[in-house]
Amino acid sequence: MAGKELKTILATDCGSTTTKAILIELTDQGYRLKTRGEAPTTVEAPFEDVTKGVLNAIMEVEELSGLKILDGDQIIHPMKDKNTGVDVYVSTSSAGGGLQMMVAGVVKAMTGESAERAALGAGSIVMDVLASNDGRLPHQKIERIRQLRPDMILLSGGINGGTVSHVVELAEVLAAANPKPRLGQNYKLPVIYAGNDKAQKNIEDTLGEITDLDIIENIRPVLEIENLGPARDKIHDLFMEHVMAQAPGYKKLMSWTDAPIMPTPGAVGSLIEMVAKKENISVVGVDIGGATTDIFSVFEGQFNRTVSANLGMSYSVCNVLAEATLENVLRWVPINIDEGELTNRIGNKMIRPTTVPQSMEELIIEQAIAREALRLSFIQHKSFAVKLKGVQQERTISDAFDQSDSGETLVNMMDLDLLVGSGGVLSHAPRREQAMRMMIDAFVPEGITQLAVDSIFMMPQLGVMANIENSDMAESARTAAVEVFENDCLIRLGTCLAPIGKTKPGQTLLTAEFDLPETGKQVVELKYGEIIVIPAPYTAIKAKLIPGKNMNIGKGKGEVLNTDIFGGTVGLIFDGRGRPFELSHEKSTRIENLRKWSKATNEYPDTKALGGA
Amino acid sequence: MAHAYTPGLKVLHEAKVDKDRILPLKGDVLVEKDAHVDPDDIVARTHLPGNVQMLNVANTLNIDPTDVKDVMLKQPGDKLKKGDMMAETKGLFGFFKSSVIAPIDCTLEAISPVTGQVVLRDAPIPVEIDAYMSGTVAEVIPEEGVVIEADAVFIQGIFGIGGESRGELAILTDTREDELTADMIKAEHAGKVLVGGSFLSLAAYKKALAMKVAGVVVGGFNYFDLEEILGYTLGVAITGSEDLVTSLVLTEGYGEIRMGSRTFDLLKRHAGKFTSINGATQIRAGVIRPEIVIPLAHEDLKGDAHVAKVNEGIQAGSLVRVIRAPYFGRIGTVVSLPAPLHKMESETMVRVAEIKIDDDVMTIPRANLEMVETD
Repeated sequence: MAGKELKTILATDCGSTTTKAILIELTDQGYRLKTRGEAPTTVEAPFEDVTKGVLNAIMEVEELSGLKILDGDQIIHPMKDKNTGVDVYVSTSSAGGGLQMMVAGVVKAMTGESAERAALGAGSIVMDVLASNDGRLPHQKIERIRQLRPDMILLSGGINGGTVSHVVELAEVLAAANPKPRLGQNYKLPVIYAGNDKAQKNIEDTLGEITDLDIIENIRPVLEIENLGPARDKIHDLFMEHVMAQAPGYKKLMSWTDAPIMPTPGAVGSLIEMVAKKENISVVGVDIGGATTDIFSVFEGQFNRTVSANLGMSYSVCNVLAEATLENVLRWVPINIDEGELTNRIGNKMIRPTTVPQSMEELIIEQAIAREALRLSFIQHKSFAVKLKGVQQERTISDAFDQSDSGETLVNMMDLDLLVGSGGVLSHAPRREQAMRMMIDAFVPEGITQLAVDSIFMMPQLGVMANIENSDMAESARTAAVEVFENDCLIRLGTCLAPIGKTKPGQTLLTAEFDLPETGKQVVELKYGEIIVIPAPYTAIKAKLIPGKNMNIGKGKGEVLNTDIFGGTVGLIFDGRGRPFELSHEKSTRIENLRKWSKATNEYPDTKALGGA
Repeated sequence: MAHAYTPGLKVLHEAKVDKDRILPLKGDVLVEKDAHVDPDDIVARTHLPGNVQMLNVANTLNIDPTDVKDVMLKQPGDKLKKGDMMAETKGLFGFFKSSVIAPIDCTLEAISPVTGQVVLRDAPIPVEIDAYMSGTVAEVIPEEGVVIEADAVFIQGIFGIGGESRGELAILTDTREDELTADMIKAEHAGKVLVGGSFLSLAAYKKALAMKVAGVVVGGFNYFDLEEILGYTLGVAITGSEDLVTSLVLTEGYGEIRMGSRTFDLLKRHAGKFTSINGATQIRAGVIRPEIVIPLAHEDLKGDAHVAKVNEGIQAGSLVRVIRAPYFGRIGTVVSLPAPLHKMESETMVRVAEIKIDDDVMTIPRANLEMVETD
């Protein structure tokens, strides 16, 4: 192995609500998770110093591992001896509200969208997209910029050598707004220009003096190509330099780490991308946090990431309620509950974001909200993860009857191979069945889809480890990230089998014949409205899947599919609730169905005891 | 000794309170160090750049952007009155001239030879910062603002709306458990800061608005009633810029929750005194909690001002408040902080604290506790 062999790695993730620490050790079986610790994030008063939460989480690791890691307020690294210190310490962060950006492009659906993709790819929250053709008058754009006060602006527009005036017009709007950053009075707002190279001099003349301008390669040099890497890297550098340094305690944290702190979505995204590439499959990953929900997908080899600001489980939990509506949250609750009382409870979670559900009723409510946060975030993701717009496509005469615009979504649920969940509400769900149900209900997978969950919410830390650039430790850290991810992090929940097609109540949707290692041959007949769970291990199971009339399980309407399916901690879930899936609008029927499915999947203990309809 | 970091709210009978009074942009500081200030004194002033209009002169005159400079009658920095001519073409033999007039009173800021646009800026918008509370100027930050210091009662609320407000403190309920009802609020309460017990209904808040009450401090309010006051559903707890006559400070949270006894008693003790409150809340990084500040006169000082100490978190003996159902709002004392994870009714495995509330010992997740920091 080139570089240094790392024996112990300590990694933390400072979430908006919770700070998580993990300790990884090199054992005879390779790298393994030794232990973990967790503590409330301390960007809030009375501490207002993120390192307090970090130290507290590490203290838990110390207590549980028996290793001495801290010397007062200092992390001992590198290791002094086998019982003292760690080799490497790294961290990710989404605390402090994350990176909030505005992006601008000449044509909203083309360079504007490419700029948005670059910003989201770097793990930022995109507050607004300005474009020459966005329908707003210049003074409205100026007012918007002044009002939002972003941390940073990414300006793009035009292909290399193309027209100059449109992108300069946008720069003039920015200059006229004379934007001030959100944090600090004494520095200029960072602006990155990644547009038409012919306009660079004009942009320099327009923005050079009033902003902290960086000029980099065009993100759309020609229509057919996106060149997002340089913009992502520059955003990341500026984030570290300007934004993160302003958040309480970060300067100190940055001085502790052996590699640059990564924004959490950046770290998780790189891990999802790695899985998709390694297994050559289509993957959707989700990280549901306290303030945001980040969705990552790889379809047709193309990686996309969206950060849904204000769709989270603590700071922004009321926004989920507002966007989803109370009715939509309540449709997942299998108990009777006073609506006024419910909204007050959700409001109290918003203002005291670090609390956890103590009663079963509270847990059920929280998981109902999570379904809606996931559902809404995925809708946003699907509308964003599209093929490049503006690219001319060659069409044959046979396409004439089946034309779709360029820019159609890449997310095809029938093609999805693996859905991975991370974040407190999924990773810490007391029963793994709950995590699986939340994801199935929110994402509504079609055909055959494997599901997995981050066992203890450590994908961010593994992501930053996989991205260490220091040549001395890069290879060892990457190996550790991969080995821990496969062995300790990813819990294979099982497979959801959900036929699609029009059907009637009582009709058979699917007949499945398969051999299980322990119980032998099994036949499952799935009827409309049912969920059937068959315990099965995570191993290749030969199966013959015979869809009902007009139904499709992956090969086409009525086409039999012989394939391998995989179980997991939960097993095989045959979902006969139909696609598209809709819950009954009639309250008692809805509650009855929820209880039936809950019982079938062992999701909750008897919910009838908590308040019947 | 086992301990755990826990967020907490301050309820201090005597504290050194520092308030930053900082301008949004650099400007002028109007007071000197050590000067005594009253709440309404203006301590710093600046001007925000005026709003901007952009006008495409090249398009209007149908000329090339590079020719715009040649037709401009005014140059960057020139002041213009609405209707002033600012650009004119030469025309043909002096005839058929086209012109552009200023649409607003403004300053010509820039002329672009690339797009043919001119940038016109409105008059600057003045911004003044007042002292907020009575006190002494402890620090002057040149061009940016000041820090005002006062010996005061300092109470943090959990959530509020409306910005800064001030007035005489009036206690309207007998106990911390009583609701502050609409009929208790009268015309004589205009400009005052009212204190109630456990709850304020929407109707009572509307009455306070109608009576031009400066502010209300109560234990709880319904989350769903906020929508009617704000005009939108509050999705994230970031408030303070609402244009409301009556600021509202909740000391406990949403719903009907009796005010903490120390908070209520402390406020009651200072009834009639001039009080500054701020409903601004930001539950994110650099958290801002709503606050109540009652500056103390020299003769009121006992000399035992609370000095911020390194917070060691909760430990056995700490006074804590439960901040989540099913024991929401109850106050107790930490008995112990057992190390192993504990399985709750929700089946969640969490670190817990054993809390003595009245005569019962209850097991509560540590995350659901808030430290009550008192002096």
